[in-house]
Amino acid sequence: MDLRFRGAEPSEEERAAVDALLGPPATAWEGGTRTETDLRIAARSESQRDLLLPALHAVNDRVGWISEGALEYICRRLTVPPAEAYGVATFYSLFSMEPRPKRVLHVCTDLACQAKGGEAVRRRVEEALGPQGTSWHESPCLGLCERAPAALALEAGTPPTARVYAPADAETIAAAPSPNGHTPNLDVAGDAPVKDAVPQAGKDGLLLLRRVGTTDPGSLDDYRANGGYTALRRAFELGPAGVIREVLESGLVGRGGAAFPTGRKWDATARQPDHPHYLVCNADESEPGTFKDRVIMEGDPYALVEAMTIAAYATGCAKGYLYIRGEYPRATARLQHAIATARSRGLLGENILGKGLSFDIELRRGAGAYICGEETAIFNSIEGQRGEPRSKPPFPVEKGLFGKPTVVNNVETLVNVLPILERGAQAYAAAEPKLFCVSGAVERPGVYELTFGATLRELVELAGTTGTTRAVLLGGAAGAFVTDLDIPLTFEGTRNAGATLGSGVVLVIDDTVDMKRLLLRIAEFFRDESCGQCVPCRVGTVRQEEALHRLSSRVDQDDLVLLREVGQTMRDASICGLGQTAWNAVESAIDRLGVFK
Amino acid sequence: MIPLQPPRRLIDVQIDGEDVRVPEGSTILDACQAAGKDIPTLCYGDTLTPKNACRVCVVEVEGARTLAPACSRKAEAGMKVGTDTERARQSRKVVLELLGSSVDMSTTPRAAEWVEEYGADPARFGDDAATVEQPAKVDNDLYVRDYSKCILCYKCVDACGDQWQNTFAIGVAGRGFDATISTEFDAPLTDSACVYCGNCVEVCPTGALSFKTEFDMRAEGTWDESRQTETTTICSYCGVGCNLTLHVQDNKIVKVTSPHDNPVTKGNLCVKGRFGFGYV
Amino acid sequence: MSYDRLTHPLVRENGVLRRATWDEALERAAEGFRRNIAKNGPDSFCMLACARSTNEMNYVGQKFTRVVVGTNNVDSCNRTCHAPSVAGLSAVFGSGGGTSSYQEVEDTDVIVMWGSAARNAHPIFFQHVLKAIHNGARMFAVDPRRTGTAQWAHLWLGLNVGTDIPLAHAVAREIIHAGLHNEAFIERATVGFEEFKESVEPWTLTAAEQVTGVPADAIRELAHAYARADRAQLCWTLGITEHHNATDNVRALINLALLTGHVGRYGSGLSPLRGQNNVQGGGDMGAIPNRLPGFQDLLDPEIRTRFETAWGKPLQPRYGYNLTEMLEAMGEGKVTTCYLIGENPVQSEADSLSCIKRLSMLDHLVVQDIFLTKTAQMADVVLPASAAWCEADGTFTNSERRVQRVRKALEPPGEARDDIWIMCEIARRLGHDWHYDGAEEVWDELRALSPQHAGMTYQRLADLQGIQWPCPSEDSVEPPYLHHRLWETDPVKRGTPAPFAVLRHSPPVDLLDEEYPLRLTTGRRLDSYNTGVQSSGFASPLRRGETVEMSPEDAERLGLVAGEEVRISSRRGSVTAPVFIDPALRPGLVFMTFHFPDEVDTNALTIEATDPIAGTAEFKAAAVRVEKLVKAG
Repeated sequence: MDLRFRGAEPSEEERAAVDALLGPPATAWEGGTRTETDLRIAARSESQRDLLLPALHAVNDRVGWISEGALEYICRRLTVPPAEAYGVATFYSLFSMEPRPKRVLHVCTDLACQAKGGEAVRRRVEEALGPQGTSWHESPCLGLCERAPAALALEAGTPPTARVYAPADAETIAAAPSPNGHTPNLDVAGDAPVKDAVPQAGKDGLLLLRRVGTTDPGSLDDYRANGGYTALRRAFELGPAGVIREVLESGLVGRGGAAFPTGRKWDATARQPDHPHYLVCNADESEPGTFKDRVIMEGDPYALVEAMTIAAYATGCAKGYLYIRGEYPRATARLQHAIATARSRGLLGENILGKGLSFDIELRRGAGAYICGEETAIFNSIEGQRGEPRSKPPFPVEKGLFGKPTVVNNVETLVNVLPILERGAQAYAAAEPKLFCVSGAVERPGVYELTFGATLRELVELAGTTGTTRAVLLGGAAGAFVTDLDIPLTFEGTRNAGATLGSGVVLVIDDTVDMKRLLLRIAEFFRDESCGQCVPCRVGTVRQEEALHRLSSRVDQDDLVLLREVGQTMRDASICGLGQTAWNAVESAIDRLGVFK
Repeated sequence: MIPLQPPRRLIDVQIDGEDVRVPEGSTILDACQAAGKDIPTLCYGDTLTPKNACRVCVVEVEGARTLAPACSRKAEAGMKVGTDTERARQSRKVVLELLGSSVDMSTTPRAAEWVEEYGADPARFGDDAATVEQPAKVDNDLYVRDYSKCILCYKCVDACGDQWQNTFAIGVAGRGFDATISTEFDAPLTDSACVYCGNCVEVCPTGALSFKTEFDMRAEGTWDESRQTETTTICSYCGVGCNLTLHVQDNKIVKVTSPHDNPVTKGNLCVKGRFGFGYV
Repeated sequence: MSYDRLTHPLVRENGVLRRATWDEALERAAEGFRRNIAKNGPDSFCMLACARSTNEMNYVGQKFTRVVVGTNNVDSCNRTCHAPSVAGLSAVFGSGGGTSSYQEVEDTDVIVMWGSAARNAHPIFFQHVLKAIHNGARMFAVDPRRTGTAQWAHLWLGLNVGTDIPLAHAVAREIIHAGLHNEAFIERATVGFEEFKESVEPWTLTAAEQVTGVPADAIRELAHAYARADRAQLCWTLGITEHHNATDNVRALINLALLTGHVGRYGSGLSPLRGQNNVQGGGDMGAIPNRLPGFQDLLDPEIRTRFETAWGKPLQPRYGYNLTEMLEAMGEGKVTTCYLIGENPVQSEADSLSCIKRLSMLDHLVVQDIFLTKTAQMADVVLPASAAWCEADGTFTNSERRVQRVRKALEPPGEARDDIWIMCEIARRLGHDWHYDGAEEVWDELRALSPQHAGMTYQRLADLQGIQWPCPSEDSVEPPYLHHRLWETDPVKRGTPAPFAVLRHSPPVDLLDEEYPLRLTTGRRLDSYNTGVQSSGFASPLRRGETVEMSPEDAERLGLVAGEEVRISSRRGSVTAPVFIDPALRPGLVFMTFHFPDEVDTNALTIEATDPIAGTAEFKAAAVRVEKLVKAG
């Protein structure tokens, strides 16, 4: 490609950061020194667009921001047009295109934290550090809801470091920050043991959470000693078609929110004549109030590696991508460790367990964009494009990652495959487990595993309420408020109640919560996270927020009509689930809680 | 011999209750056009892969949970499509309101007509409604970028990118309502990869991108399309034989386009063909 | 600088051009022609027709030359670019057009862009190449510079300037030695293979590497890719044709197509890319010294008789002068009057000083143009014309042989008039009462005489968005590629076989030595055109004026920085220009355009070493030195 560069040069540090990821440049045309051969022949540099996000991370991790020189160097190395790379870099909120301090504090102001005094933390930080923008930012949900309010400090350097503040103490984090993070390596400074996030930890009968808090997440041996890799062995006995049959019979449906039958997805992918097939594990858990995937990845990382291996075996994938949220340093570190260990033990790579299966996992970090959790936006993000959803059809099983048949499942869905194979489809179906993320006004927030069919009341009682429960937000920002606690926690049960299980968020709202503020926060979230691609969502989320602002000071019927019309259009005409659900929670709050009566 | 295209299978679809037969692979929009339905479109371009971003072309497909963009959704055998249902009309109305309230659509062909037809009221969001208003970028003598008129349809990006020009001078930067069409680091065009082929201007549906001649004439109040003639001729700058459509007002060329169905250009030109008319 | 349009006729009086009426100017023009023809015979006249004007104008122009004057001395500026392509192709296939269509380029598997910076010089053609690349085709770029085109290539081969024949020969030898030549095609459709095979035998990959500078592996890769492709296109531009042995260069490339059978089939072919809008058409219309309209051979008595009958005048049964010969004949006093339409040889010819000298020796020079060019300033009569592409009706023929309609969109300024009207007026004053009711009437006359255009009515040209020749019938459209006959099984249908050419390498005439150690090559930029007369009329933000482009290594060695004004000298002349540092160039190679002759007359440097067959000059290879300017005082 005849790319044109403006001539900005990278600093030594920026060049080193990129070269550490990509190796030194092969030719002068990619940024190396000129040789005789370069002056005579040049092979076309194929675009390595899919390495764009890792390269941007490499610079951002090392330097803290991405200068024009760094961006041009990345573009030269990867054969990516600078204007496009700029468009990608500015899509993600964790990247800065302007100089900023190496240490940046992300203060969660989202639903669960707001319900737990996050606003006070935010105010203290603002008083101490000044207006947000460079050294600190308000952040969408950090997935630390069980310890709300939360904050996360990320510090660039060699290596980059992280520190978790949860629950965040206004005084500690507002104080002049000390260089107190440490490199995410199984543990992150300030983080509590993952066991604390699972009130049921160690209890009998757990299927998905059985190892969390009881098994060493850094030890493959410990994982195997606790039942690890029996499911993969079973899979080899069943053969790919047999695995798919078991998954089909188990009735497993996707836990990401759409509840599509997993077995059908796998079957459709396996049957695609086009090759290669790809597996994508969606670990971009970003729905406000959701943290179950984080807990699994931190507490039982090998389970995910094993489950991905099984999925790949069943669907004929040689390559899997694990796309994990950029704000999950500990889960990232633990999975990197687990993948490396599994590879060194022959459980990833060529000829796994001597059964002829070749499969490997590449971990990709998100960079701050809720929309990348959408099943097609995740493909664009991995490919190095802006994380914009694609229109469907074609569906991922047909044309997914790199235009090839792709099976995309989220973390919880995948780890369900282990008990399906271990116990058999029928036994599994008889007591199908589901994870819930309970936060807000409860005594024991955390991830709960229940069998489908339990009611919302049972779950809330398990967690123990504090104060007077006014409503429960089911399913996150894209979900709905409910007041009836006797809803059965099944896909059907919640649907009948005009709600959704969504990602399993159960945010308990008591009467101390300012509902108008909470709705504004939801509207703000969607406005912030809209990718901007389609008009209903790009402008609709703005108009929704504006109307809610007006309504919080003065109730006006015209504004309610306007909200409803804009909301319905977002639901009907948006490209993806973000826009289609952006009005759900607000609608339910107006209709069921009478917020603007 | 010239390889023959395999014959295309025909499928039957129903548009507003009327049976239409179209070749397999046609979009709903193709089927609607075959049935003589006038569906509004903005981001659709006849030379570009549909981006289906604007959503003014949504129609109701029986059995579907959401409305479907006619421009990109493939027609399927037996599909029943409603182009003028209450739900589709309502969505189009609100989309026009959302666009009209945030973007200057004064030079968008047919926009006023559609606002009227669908009873849209862009003013309903109040005076404080956020807009994309900003000063026009006049950084060269050939064409102007007035992004207060930009509906972010991506057509200019696609035309500049791998669908045609492969120059990649512009992309979409930022996110959500703040997303804009931008060069790298928002550099002026004169310091960007732009080669001034104007193929972005050719596809812009709103007049956000316009010839400097048109921009200046509009500012002076002398732009008058009713007094313009359009004549298609051949470019004289090289031997490729690009077709130019000269837009002439008062015996002066005020704008140059190219026929989109032309086998040589497919609607594309280079800087000389597009802008090199100053000497006549 | 930018030029103003000519708006009224000018005649020379007391050494200066002054405004005149049309009547006076036409009379003066005719009188001068009449005087010279009477005194020195019809061959003292020559016409340079315009490769940018319409087919119809070119038809009338050559008819004027042949019928009104009675000579075959008519040519156009395609001498300076693509005459060798026409000469080479017609010698092999009997027809001078490119063999393929743009659509086929999109549908091919391997594309070789040889000496073609199409990304900048033919941007819209290159879009078809890009479609092919995106469809999975592999493109190879052969060019001394790593141009924008080369940056899209699967492999770029940066050969030494003027070593195209060794490279082509090495490719051919490698194909033969690897057993990849198409024996069936060679056997059936070609002659001279054995001699050719023998002639390329010395060009081993190693030998070629030494001469061309291209690593042997790269040559092998190109050879194998081209030969093994199911479909392959070979495209070239001025990098092949602006050499002293240009026709040989073209033949060397054609040899490759014959060797592999990459011609005469859908998707496989040979495409010279034309630099001017109607170079193809000018030749097709017979505005060349050796062909009658329809590219029909002047020496064929049967054809000549047909034209003599139609035109009512005997034609000279011998070829006229080509452009180069015309200029020489001017110098020798054999040609004493010239009718020059839309050409600017003073600034477009290599060795411009000698060109000025020769033109100034003419007794009578009539220039018909839209601008008062440097050449027009030397004329005795200047006739203001309309701009063909937007102020006239007619047709152009593009590089894929597609004849397309040109339509009048504007009234010409002032008193400027249509080319055909002007020629008819002069013809009338010379005793031929011509009258055409518009361009279509001219076209229909041509269609009646040229079988390959016979089926192209204006209506069909409009309906089908142009038609590629040949188009012998109004009822059908032929395949988009030429020479399918070569694949016929019936030898009669197959016709004359295509001959391989035995060629010798001949390095550039202007040798490098210690005094002139740098190789200067010339070319175009994206936003400018030829001598800049037209393109200076718009404010391109890309334009940076003339520069001498050189490698970072040379700049450093000479102690030069970007933007610094330097002196560039050749054995013929010297100019100054600022330095532009371009990594696309390797040490020893410098590059200039000829878009800004009023500021920097690049052609003062280039050499007038011409191709003996086609007469084109070696613009692509001069020996120069670059020096720091010594500050005055």
